[in-house]
Order: sequence, then structure tokens, then C-alpha cells
Amino acid sequence: MFGKKRVAVIGAGMTLFRRNLKETGKELAWEASNMALDQAGLELKDIESVVMGTAPDAFDGVHMKGEYLADGAGAWRKPYSRVFVGGGTGVFAIDAGWWHIASGQFDTCMVVAEEKMSSCYPHPAYAFTTIFDPIYSRPLGVTLIWIFALEMHRYMHVHGIKKEDIARVSVKNKRNALDHPCAQLGANITIEDVLNSEVMCWPVQRLDISPTSDGGAALILASEDVAKKITDNPVWIDGVGWCIDTTFWTNRDLYYPKYVQGAAQMAYKMAGIKNPPKEIDVAEVYDPFDYKELHHMEGLMLARKGQAPKLTAEGVTQRDGDLPINPSGGLLGVGNPIAAAGLMKCCEIFWQLRGEAGKRQVKGDPRTGLAQAWGDLMQYGSVVVMRS
Amino acid sequence: MSEKIKHFPGESLKGRDIREGRVPTIKHRPNVKYLWSAGVAMSRFLEGLKKGKIVGSSCKKCQRIMVPPRAFCEECFRPVDGYTNVKDTGTINTYSVSYVAGDASRIKEPILVAVIDLDGASKGMGILHLLGEIDDWKTIKFGMKVKAVWKLPEERTGTITDIKYFKPME
Ligand SMILES: [Zn+2]
Repeated sequence: MFGKKRVAVIGAGMTLFRRNLKETGKELAWEASNMALDQAGLELKDIESVVMGTAPDAFDGVHMKGEYLADGAGAWRKPYSRVFVGGGTGVFAIDAGWWHIASGQFDTCMVVAEEKMSSCYPHPAYAFTTIFDPIYSRPLGVTLIWIFALEMHRYMHVHGIKKEDIARVSVKNKRNALDHPCAQLGANITIEDVLNSEVMCWPVQRLDISPTSDGGAALILASEDVAKKITDNPVWIDGVGWCIDTTFWTNRDLYYPKYVQGAAQMAYKMAGIKNPPKEIDVAEVYDPFDYKELHHMEGLMLARKGQAPKLTAEGVTQRDGDLPINPSGGLLGVGNPIAAAGLMKCCEIFWQLRGEAGKRQVKGDPRTGLAQAWGDLMQYGSVVVMRS
Repeated sequence: MSEKIKHFPGESLKGRDIREGRVPTIKHRPNVKYLWSAGVAMSRFLEGLKKGKIVGSSCKKCQRIMVPPRAFCEECFRPVDGYTNVKDTGTINTYSVSYVAGDASRIKEPILVAVIDLDGASKGMGILHLLGEIDDWKTIKFGMKVKAVWKLPEERTGTITDIKYFKPME
């Protein structure tokens, strides 16, 4: 065991994911937190510490976002911290919650994530342009979609991957999302629909991309002693990992995410995992774009380099396949309120390992699950491994 | 969502109701301005651009010539040993064709963008820039040789756009 105490997940909650929600960010945080507490059978007074995950302040236009959201996360007069590593935030938030308890400092921690991208109006794209280096990059007019298109194209080139091999991911995830009650973009689409959709930034097309969303998610973590008193079926956090690469992203070969590999190696070592594709039963892999699911499967060593498209074509990653990837529907289907999307993935693994995922439940009796997120300038990986 | 949970909070709003003012909202446009110091290394780079040169920095320990230049080598975590010019030619490492502007609005004439590995820098030392003088983007190839097209000396201001774009060498 790593840390002074073993850490369990004992409750989860989330809101609808939608393009525009009436609720404020604070209200979304409250809804998700309240549901997670209910599910765990706890009250706020039982919570000793709170971690909030939320991405750029520029979305909300409130440049003190952690503090602004604190009440919604039930954090008043408690040890509270906000974590932020771009798109990696949602899974990093559970990693941070883990060390609150594993350190021996607390017996309970509520991990909350919210994102309200609709506040940046009419579209949050412009807020994203402020993430780039102001001296070199911004005068060129760089946008977020450029850098993903450049990465996707490099990945396709190095391995000789075709667009249709990638489109299958979008088809699968949007179909999976039809069974998720909170999903924004569940749909039955075909590979042709993806290939015929609007070209945004070649090779990225409209249906290769997840939407912008509002939403919240929350998890309750507890030490082993406390968890065993509260529930008969805790889910254990057996591995955590995070890793960052250089911000000089044009100086790296974008075909492979070494930082995701670094985060995975840390989590696998901790969880004693030697053969990831054999030992992991279900995974929620970060999929803001369809190619990212494949790219990340390779970084996570769930597929050999360049082989993730083949596994996808063979149906291995379908919900009833041998290695189900994104049974929730992922960001492509459920939606992408950045930090909340990452934590939604952790919620899904929790429900899958408890056998509570209903229509989305993967076959067999999954015992080991993984969630992963990715962020910043294509440089950050965060991973969690859970076991029932 | 767990099958144990029957109600999922959240009230979805229609874009039209927001645009037409049927939902209470507050509008605000921030007016924040910045003036960034280019820093120790990038000042050398920007001064070089004004003279029509691309400046890199070198580290003797890992033997890398790095572009854009930095004041310290992030791998060896020590000061760089000096600044050196690299060539204004290179090869296309990856490229994209953008029909989307920074505010997500659509544009008719696509912007051609690329990561270009510069000659004279260490392997894989790419820079982001634009491509130009290309009639049909389908003629762009990975590994294609390209060369910088500079603004006239009197038009240069010491920014990365002193290079207008890179064009194919053949
Ligand atoms: Zn060095």
C-alpha cells in the first residue's frame, strides 16, 4: 500500500451536461456535491476536506474562481484547495483528493469539479487563445484547434492511419452516450457522417470534436476505516499518476504522448499492474477529439504504438468487447465541461466497478478500471486506477 | 449515472431564448491590456528577426541547438552556452488547413499552418508558422522542404510575423 491510509471512493454525483445550463457554476457544484453526499449516505459535517477542480478562469470571467465556487463545493471553514491543470484537471482532482487522505491528514475528502463554458459568450474559443505563449505564438493567430489538428495529422502520418479508422471512435462514443441520462450528444451516426461533416481544420472535422458544455460532477473519498463503516462495496483507489512535458510543444514529436505514458507508469507501478491491457477491465480515456482516444490508449500502453485503430476496428473497445473504452460515451457523447468531464470519467469507473452502470454496464464483472485526462499545451497527463 | 439515481439536476437553456433576452443574463466585456517583456532569450530572437535571422540557443551538455531560444536548457537545467543563427529553411513535420478563426467563426480562404523543423537546429526542433504561395493545399507533403519569406527590412518590427510565411522550395 502507498501512503499511510488506503483510500476508497464511496459516492458519486453529476448534473446534466448541456451547451447552456441555467444554473451558475456554484449551483452546479452544489447539485453534484449534494448528490454525491446522498449516494455516500453522508452529510456535509462528515466531510473533512474539499478539493475543487475547475479549468480556466476565462470561461467564467471570474478571476478568483476557486473562491467563487467554494460554497457550492461545501468548503466553507474547511481545508480547501483548487487544482487546475487544464483538461487534465478532472482526473488530477481525484489524485489530489487521494493524497489528502493517503497522507493520513484526513479521513474524508469531497472532490468536486464544475465547468461553465457558456458564460464566455458567444463561444469560449477566444478564451482558449489566451493559453498560448504571448511572445512567439499569439502574433501568429494560433488557436486551440490548430494544435490538435497538427497533432492528429502527425499521428496519422507516422502510423499511416486513415480518417475512417479514427471516425469509428466518434461513432462508438456517441452511440454509447445514448444510454447515459446526462449526455448532451448521444447519437446514432455513421463513419460517413463523420467523414462528410464540415472540415474545421484539416484533418479535424465537425464530428471529430466534442462539444462545449456546462456541467458538474463530484466524488466522496474516505479512508479504509471510515469507508468500511459506511459501505459494503467501496471502490479502492489503487494507483494515481500525473506527469507534464515541456511547453515547447513544437519541439516534441507529437505522434506519441510521453507525458501520458509517464502518468500511467506511475499509477501502474503503484497498483502493481504489469500488463495493462490484460489487467484493466474497463477504461475511460480522455476523448475531446476522436483521435485522442486512440492516441491516449497508446500512451496508456493499452495498445501498442499505432495499434489502437486496429483494436477499435475489431470491436475490442466496444462496451461488449474485451477492453471497453469509454462506455459512458466519453466527452464526444456525454459532453465536455472540461474539469467536470474528467471527473465524470472517474464517476463512470466507480459505477462500472460497483455494477451500477445499468444499460452502460460492461460485460463480465469488471474489477479494475482506469480513468485518464489530458491537458495544457498537449503536455499533461493524469491517471487513476480503481479496483472493486 | 448510477442506475440508483433517478433525477439528474440541470435545466437546459435554448440558445434562442438567451439571444432573444427571455433568460435573465448580465453582460460584460473586460477591458484588460497587457505589455509583455519579451525576456532574456526571446529578445535575442525578436532582434534577430528584425535582421532577417532566426536565432537559436545552444547547450554544450546535451549538444542541442534549440529554437525558439531559451535562457536555460530545460533538460540539463543549466544556463545555455550561447546564441547562434539557424537557417531559414526546413522541412514540414506536420501541417493543417484551418477554416476556423480564433473566435470560432468560419473563413473561406483557409489558413495553412505547419510545424517546420529548421535546418541547423537539433533534430525535431520545430517552430509553428504559416505556409504560403501554395495554390492547392493537397500538394503539401510531410517532409517537404520550405523556406522563409521575409517582410522587407523596413517593414520588420521584431515579431514572429516578420516572416510572412514559409513557401515550398521547389
Ligand atoms: Zn542541455
